[in-house]
Amino acid sequence: MATGDLALGQEQGLLQTRSRVTNDFSINIATVNGSGSQSANSVLLKSIFGMGVPVSGKNLFPSNIAGQPTWFIIRASKDGYLSRKRGSEILVAMNPETARQDALDLPVGGVAIYEENLKLEAVRSDVALYPVPFDKITAAICPEAKLRKLVRNMVYVGVTAQILSIDLGVVESGLRRQFAKKQKVFDLNFGAVKAGYDYAAEKFTKQDPYFIEKMDQTAGKIIIDGNAAAGMGAVFAGVSVVAWYPITPSTSVIEATADLLKKFRVTPEGKATFAVVQAEDELAAIGMVLGAGWAGARSMTATSGPGMSLMAEFSGLGYYAELPGVIVNVQRSGPSTGMPTRTQQSDLLSAAFLSHGDTKHILLLPGSVKECFELTYAAFDLAERLQTPVFVLSDLDLGMNNWMSDEFEYPSTPLDRGKVLTAEDLERLGSFARYRDVDGDAVGWRTLPGTRHPKAAYFTRGSGHNDAAGYTEKPDEYQAVMDRLSRKFESARKLVPSPVVVKDGTSKIGFIAFGSTDFALRESLDQISRQYGESVDYLRVRAYPFAHEIHDFVASHERVYVVEQNRDAQLASLLKLDLPADQVAKLRNILHYNGLPVDAQSITEEFAAKEGL
Amino acid sequence: MATATATPGPKLNHIGLPVLEYRGGKSTLCAGCGHNAISERIIDAMFEMGVEPERVMKMSGIGCSSKSPAYFMSRSHSFNSVQGRMPSVSTGAILANHTMTMLGVSGDGDTASIGMGQFVHMLRRNLPMIYIIENNGVYGLTKGQFSATADLGSKLKTGVINDLPPIDTCALAIQLGATFVARSFSGDKKQLLAMLKAAIAHNGTVLLDVISPCVTFNDHEGSTKSYKFMQENDEPINEIGFVASFEEIDVDYNTGEIYDVEMHDGSSLRLRKLHEDYDPTDKAKAVQTLMESNGNEEILTGIFYIDTQKPTFIDLLNVVDEPLATLPESLSKPPKSALDGLMASLR
Repeated sequence: MATGDLALGQEQGLLQTRSRVTNDFSINIATVNGSGSQSANSVLLKSIFGMGVPVSGKNLFPSNIAGQPTWFIIRASKDGYLSRKRGSEILVAMNPETARQDALDLPVGGVAIYEENLKLEAVRSDVALYPVPFDKITAAICPEAKLRKLVRNMVYVGVTAQILSIDLGVVESGLRRQFAKKQKVFDLNFGAVKAGYDYAAEKFTKQDPYFIEKMDQTAGKIIIDGNAAAGMGAVFAGVSVVAWYPITPSTSVIEATADLLKKFRVTPEGKATFAVVQAEDELAAIGMVLGAGWAGARSMTATSGPGMSLMAEFSGLGYYAELPGVIVNVQRSGPSTGMPTRTQQSDLLSAAFLSHGDTKHILLLPGSVKECFELTYAAFDLAERLQTPVFVLSDLDLGMNNWMSDEFEYPSTPLDRGKVLTAEDLERLGSFARYRDVDGDAVGWRTLPGTRHPKAAYFTRGSGHNDAAGYTEKPDEYQAVMDRLSRKFESARKLVPSPVVVKDGTSKIGFIAFGSTDFALRESLDQISRQYGESVDYLRVRAYPFAHEIHDFVASHERVYVVEQNRDAQLASLLKLDLPADQVAKLRNILHYNGLPVDAQSITEEFAAKEGL
Repeated sequence: MATATATPGPKLNHIGLPVLEYRGGKSTLCAGCGHNAISERIIDAMFEMGVEPERVMKMSGIGCSSKSPAYFMSRSHSFNSVQGRMPSVSTGAILANHTMTMLGVSGDGDTASIGMGQFVHMLRRNLPMIYIIENNGVYGLTKGQFSATADLGSKLKTGVINDLPPIDTCALAIQLGATFVARSFSGDKKQLLAMLKAAIAHNGTVLLDVISPCVTFNDHEGSTKSYKFMQENDEPINEIGFVASFEEIDVDYNTGEIYDVEMHDGSSLRLRKLHEDYDPTDKAKAVQTLMESNGNEEILTGIFYIDTQKPTFIDLLNVVDEPLATLPESLSKPPKSALDGLMASLR
């Protein structure tokens, strides 16, 4: 399909009735899981990124090893919207099992690129049809039969690139980066891309209106998933002990962390300055984290809902005995096993109060991959500063999907290791009381095991204790510690990341959200403004306990819609516990909890319905 | 004029500390509890070995036994964790600072029931720590229910007979990878002290199962964990001679076969066989001996198994010599160039 043919197609095809759509559509690539489509999808995503067009990728995959349907959805958005969009205009159908339904889901005037045997021309006649003999093309360029399954996917990258006018040179350089140092692999894969590209050029006339055109919107940007970003945050925070138990969708946090530790934390003599332990279960993982935190090492674990439930007892110990540790929870759809490969923001309440008794925890709520990096980093400083477990609540959408982002900035401030007394300090002081508030911030001083001073030791316990760490059942002594812990939570309120006031104009209406909901909500704000002429304010919460700005935001609006991805309005519930009674009635809910990442249109529609617009 | 004679000072150990510096708080356990005798032996062993108290981490779970770290070595950091989870907390702590000596006190419930999951994995890793089970066959704090180490047919005060077989933590430990496995009796001062001193000299998981009678709930006729039963049925498999690295060897045995073991810290352990053909380095044989004794009246004690060569978990992780806890920022936080490089690869 040479440029000349394109012009021809524009004159003769569907384009006569539909205007050209540039850099603003979604591609749904339907495959079978375990077929190795991931790298092909990644190359296509990065090719669009390489064209300078804002792009995001979402992997809708089953909780299964191989043989089940998987969809990878690439959204190109000239306006920079990265959230899920309802429906895709372009289908790449590679899975016989879902092809018919996937084709039926296409809008009129959409595009179907499909394995020719699937005969989708019999299903839809109102979309542009591009049947491709994938097996024949693959066989011709890949003599080794066992590699064909993997290479076959690269053919659709080439076909799609041709149809959408993606520069082949951009695809080539993306592929070259992907297979850096593996020339043979590169040759084979690029051969497949080229074969698909050439086949489409030769056989097809452009019948659809969709184009990728070069932009400059991705300069200085990176593409990364939130789990890799969280791992990076941990490593740049100097994590030294990592204990974990595999669980979807958090596993790649630890994989990323471990890879980086091997890269940056091995001495010239080949010794590790870190320890990564795959524990026997999540109970052991959190136990190791708290043991290491107690002994002075920066420690972390990563988990998801079921694992966090198992960490409940230890989390209470961490709170009461005041032990630092970082727990990254990449949330998935609950309750119970739920849908392990689907997203949700439904662990907020259980994390906030994880464990029996009067227990409450600091939660950090990243709303982008960049914040996965920044807030995981911040969690380590806060855990040691406040001597308590800190939870970072990411989610599957943020954690496992590819996001375009600004580059991460190096945290140049020194690590905050908190209040630790050395032997020299003890020599000067004579003695210390572990849980005594001497600075007025309700955080006591601690010593690390191994401190060579006769007065350094103290007794750490989850049983009732007084401010000198002695066992107690005396009402006053017990309560004094509990009250100080409450005051410590107030100290945390001032130290945790402040909310982001995205927009605070003159509107009577405000939105509050947290985490990955941000992407859809920002797009929804634009939709509401365009469709209804309403300019609505928006504040994004980034931590619990809630900073005072959040109270102020609620106070300065008549109605506040809390948008979140769970059934029970967990953020709104937590806010209601915190807000003055006269503010509580202002809160409204917009909830999304079907396992798919929330989309802007859903928010806009529900908002309009509730506002009577 | 009478010459004042100087009062002789207290006996000091080889690092110059009196035994007083190894003492802890006053025990709140029942008078006569076996656990108190074990605390005393720990004090003696640490004192005699000249271990710097600040260089010891005392760990425990939950239960009567797990309270006892408060009753010895107040100069050591201590962590009384949650029930059955001492192994994981200990693992984290030793990873953070593997230059420390770690001694944990657990009980039979804390280990063999609620804590079994973590216990077996600690054994498998050969975590460098001394893990003591103060084993009395019952739950004391909840008033006397059987634990999983209670012998078949053992009788509660209420007359209830235990009809489930006991878990032999020593056999389990040998099979799963602990490298120093022994059983003793809280009433056998000499054997327990020698064992503890050898345990301090060992690098790897030491499992000491110490029968420690519960005077309140399990010391009656019909119990197989009573003082009387142990005094009558304690059957040492070997006699332990231990010479610390800083002492001169003057142990002299002239009868029986002898096993000499050079310990990690340069101390020497000499085991004199009391049972014919017993070889404490033969894993399969050790397990077999324990299995065969199971159900017999006699309770085998002694060092059942020892392996000074197997790598510990710390060795396997290949960590630096200095504690991870106190690495300077220059060694723990990668430089800006590292992040720049990562960002470049993601563009």
